[in-house]
Amino acid sequence: MNILLILFASILTSNIALTYFLGMCPFVSISKNIQVASGMGMAVTMVMTLTAVANWLVNNYVLIPLGLGYMQFLVFIVTIAAIVQILEIVIDRFFPALYQSFGIFLPLITVNCAILGISLFMVLRSFGLLQTFFYGLGSGIGWFLAIITIGGIRKRLIFSKPPRRFGETGITAIIAGLMALAFIGFTGVASL
Amino acid sequence: MSDNVQLKTPKKGYRLLSGKSWMVFKEGLWHNNPIFGMMLGLCSTLAVTNLMSNALVMSLSVTIVLIVNSIIISSLRNFIPDRIRMIAYMLIISTLVIAIDMVLKIFLPDISKALGAYVALIITNCIIMGRAEAYASNNSIGISSVDALGVGLGYTFSLMIIATFRELVGFGSLFGYQVLPEPLSPMKIFSIPPGAFFTLGVFILIINTIRGHKEDDA
Repeated sequence: MNILLILFASILTSNIALTYFLGMCPFVSISKNIQVASGMGMAVTMVMTLTAVANWLVNNYVLIPLGLGYMQFLVFIVTIAAIVQILEIVIDRFFPALYQSFGIFLPLITVNCAILGISLFMVLRSFGLLQTFFYGLGSGIGWFLAIITIGGIRKRLIFSKPPRRFGETGITAIIAGLMALAFIGFTGVASL
Repeated sequence: MSDNVQLKTPKKGYRLLSGKSWMVFKEGLWHNNPIFGMMLGLCSTLAVTNLMSNALVMSLSVTIVLIVNSIIISSLRNFIPDRIRMIAYMLIISTLVIAIDMVLKIFLPDISKALGAYVALIITNCIIMGRAEAYASNNSIGISSVDALGVGLGYTFSLMIIATFRELVGFGSLFGYQVLPEPLSPMKIFSIPPGAFFTLGVFILIINTIRGHKEDDA
């Protein structure tokens, strides 16, 4: 599969948040504030690209040759935790300004299902290394795009008056539904 | 008559589970329902509710993992050092999920294929980590397993009502059996992602209304 196609499809048509429902917890809970949402989005994009590539390497050079395919889930989650830890230390040490903007989100990311999801999907779709890189990058950007957009829409909610008993989560789900409907419009262009 | 009176005062303990256990159980099942109360574990809720069979298998798997995990963690609670507890929980949960995944692959290959990566994503389901951290890590084995059972059944209940609606309206069937007559064409939108979001939103509204729950000002 063409890498540009993968990049495009993972950002728009197969958006990780709106088509596969991954990373819903932060998507609902922290999309109220655009600043916070963009910090989280950046952190997710970065971690997603790195972990997808790392897990591809681990899977193809360690797990498969040793016949440890059944350990995949466990090893993937450990790799993710390790990378997040290292990333946190490196960013804190060398890029303090960047750490200010999204450092606090890094520990949360270990249990973000979108990160593990990408690694699993990458195996299910048997992507090559380069394809995995672009798939991780595209999915990260796609998630970033989705959370920024929903953050922007939720900001406008103060001008309207949804039924009170929807609560924060209910109305966010409805907005996400409308967004997912809009994203389906891209399906004809390319899909994974 | 006296039974009726007792029904209204659950603290008296008239059921299988007495006093505190019953309160803990009901807390997880209804007041603090994982989906409609705590809003945790939404990923799998939305993804697997297109068909009832998928939702049932998924929610039972989550319930089993929850209970076993709670038992293990509460029995090890005095041995796991505080600083590495998160990673320890993660490893225990992953191991359980690998086991569940193998069982599903052998006995229910079709559903296992349909659920795909979402079985593995039970690992990152916040409900399980949440119960381990908030409850099992500082309560006795008995009460933690009751708590896990309550939360697990609460999750099952939520998934099943969403799945029933989505399958009935989106495919016109229940558990794969056609129930709506042919001329009624199913509303396809409820079987695809946007429909999942709409259904969840509307059910949150309905449940909140039943509960008369006052949300923090929206």
